[in-house]
Amino acid sequence: MNSFRTWDTRLLQLIGYLFVGFMGLFALFPFVMLLVSSFSSESYILRNGYTLWPAELSFDAYSYIFKDAAQVFSSYKISIFVTAGGTAISLLLSSMAAYVLYRKEVRCRNALAFYLFFTTLFNGGLAPYYIMISNYLHLKNTIWVLLLTPMFNVLYILILRSFIKGAIPDALVESAKMDGAGDLRIFGRIVLPLLKPALASIGLFIALGYWNDWWTSMMFVEKPGLYPLQYLLYRMLSFVNISDQFSEHVSSYIVLPKETFKLALTVVATGPILLVYPFVQKYFVSGVTIGAVKG
Amino acid sequence: MHPKSIRNGSGILADIIRNPMLYLMFLPVAVYFLIFAYWPMTGIVMAFKDFRYHGKHSGIYGSPWNGFENFEYFFKSGKALLVTQNTMVYNLIFLVCYTVFSLLIAILIAELSGKIFKRVTQSFLFLPYFISWVTVAAFFYNFFSYDYGFVNHLLRQLGASPLDVYSNPTYWYCILPILYVWKWVGFGSVLYLAAILGIDQDMYEAATIDGANRFQKIIRITLPLLKPTMFILILLALGRIMRGEFDMFYQLIGNNGALMDATDIIDTLVFRSLVGTQDFGMASSVGVYQSVLTFIIILIANAAVRRYEKDYALF
Repeated sequence: MNSFRTWDTRLLQLIGYLFVGFMGLFALFPFVMLLVSSFSSESYILRNGYTLWPAELSFDAYSYIFKDAAQVFSSYKISIFVTAGGTAISLLLSSMAAYVLYRKEVRCRNALAFYLFFTTLFNGGLAPYYIMISNYLHLKNTIWVLLLTPMFNVLYILILRSFIKGAIPDALVESAKMDGAGDLRIFGRIVLPLLKPALASIGLFIALGYWNDWWTSMMFVEKPGLYPLQYLLYRMLSFVNISDQFSEHVSSYIVLPKETFKLALTVVATGPILLVYPFVQKYFVSGVTIGAVKG
Repeated sequence: MHPKSIRNGSGILADIIRNPMLYLMFLPVAVYFLIFAYWPMTGIVMAFKDFRYHGKHSGIYGSPWNGFENFEYFFKSGKALLVTQNTMVYNLIFLVCYTVFSLLIAILIAELSGKIFKRVTQSFLFLPYFISWVTVAAFFYNFFSYDYGFVNHLLRQLGASPLDVYSNPTYWYCILPILYVWKWVGFGSVLYLAAILGIDQDMYEAATIDGANRFQKIIRITLPLLKPTMFILILLALGRIMRGEFDMFYQLIGNNGALMDATDIIDTLVFRSLVGTQDFGMASSVGVYQSVLTFIIILIANAAVRRYEKDYALF
């Protein structure tokens, strides 16, 4: 194939490079503009609009965020805590449940799987959910609501189960049982280590869900001390009068770099994801692939 | 009953006695879904009640019944048809665009020979998947803000008049599908690419020997073999056709009155009646309407697939 390139190969390559290249740039474009504009001076943006070329380089917006905005730091703490804690708990309990659904000794395993699956088919709607969480469970304005609401995803549990099925031969579990290992021990010593690649992928999806979750806080959190980053960002972007939000922390005579501040805050809220992205991308791709081979 | 006979039984109780540790390990997840999914399901009764927050007869179970009044109110409000239609039409457009672009990109990437090019563009394409709709809305504002937006600035420089997208509903029939594709196509193309890489290479070689060109191979081999993946993904999406992409609509449009009729979907209506106007009757009846419709659609879609090709069915 390499020696003679026929017309169809060439044409297809041409179309491919053009189309895929265009889509790739289209996907990247807004990120570049965000980053560049956030380093521009406020007055330049007000005069010329957002830009692709760094003009009148300025760090005003960033220095403002990191000097005066205690809220940003508090939101950072909340986001990191919820993401780390939630992901760890969710991953452990999800893989444990997946392991139980895999074990052949559990005769009711299909019924248990359906018990989980049914919740994706049918639910009571937002209104009862909202009332339950706030009036019956009293989780409103607590850190628990941020941890618990996005905690489990049935799909991830089922994907983990099919991964265990594929990665761990029945004989391995059987022989461990013969040697007298208990169910928990088999899980901890045999299943978990073999599950590592899947745990990395699913863990990243769970972490992403926590990090990007603004919905829970919009519904159930009114205390600024509990705002995660994404929700803070949402509030900043949607309330035009930014000084209302920050009035507690800022003396009134400081003129805020309003437009660039929004951009800089977006960079700050999204930055951690973009920084780890190159290193974890392959786990995401393998995560999608595990899901695609659905069992 | 003798203890031993319970142990040998087939019920869940016998199973628990046989495998106490395994059931204990499942317990946290089971309890979670009991509290956060099944218990709220009983809250469906709210839709048939005159919900009251305070007082002697209040709460989900204490409020007085009012039959189908909430539903009557919802259907008479004139909103029912509008939001149902919007939700379905947008989701169908999204599904078609998403599937076409994901397939196209996956097939083309599989054909390309430049390894680095492939890796780099794939990273770019996957990037939007990782950000929240809050950030997407911020991006969008950077482009289309009337005063400072990049696009509008460009239009002004070219002597054209700027687009006022935030007060003109017609633009959104285009904008929303484009944003949807922008956000999810990286994910979709990886899904389809995984399926393409799973195709047996011998088939392509055999086709080459028979004199087929690249385009013929794509149409005769790749596409037909992608059918199962496509089927499952489309079935899953159809099952969710009554559930709108709330994050997207809410973040981009919010409570913008000028765009309301063109972009109000079931999920935004429920949210607005719940949090905005505190109309619990409306919110709960619309929620039940959505859940029941979704459930019926999933059953129909699944039965149809089962009839056509049993292996592709979900259950």
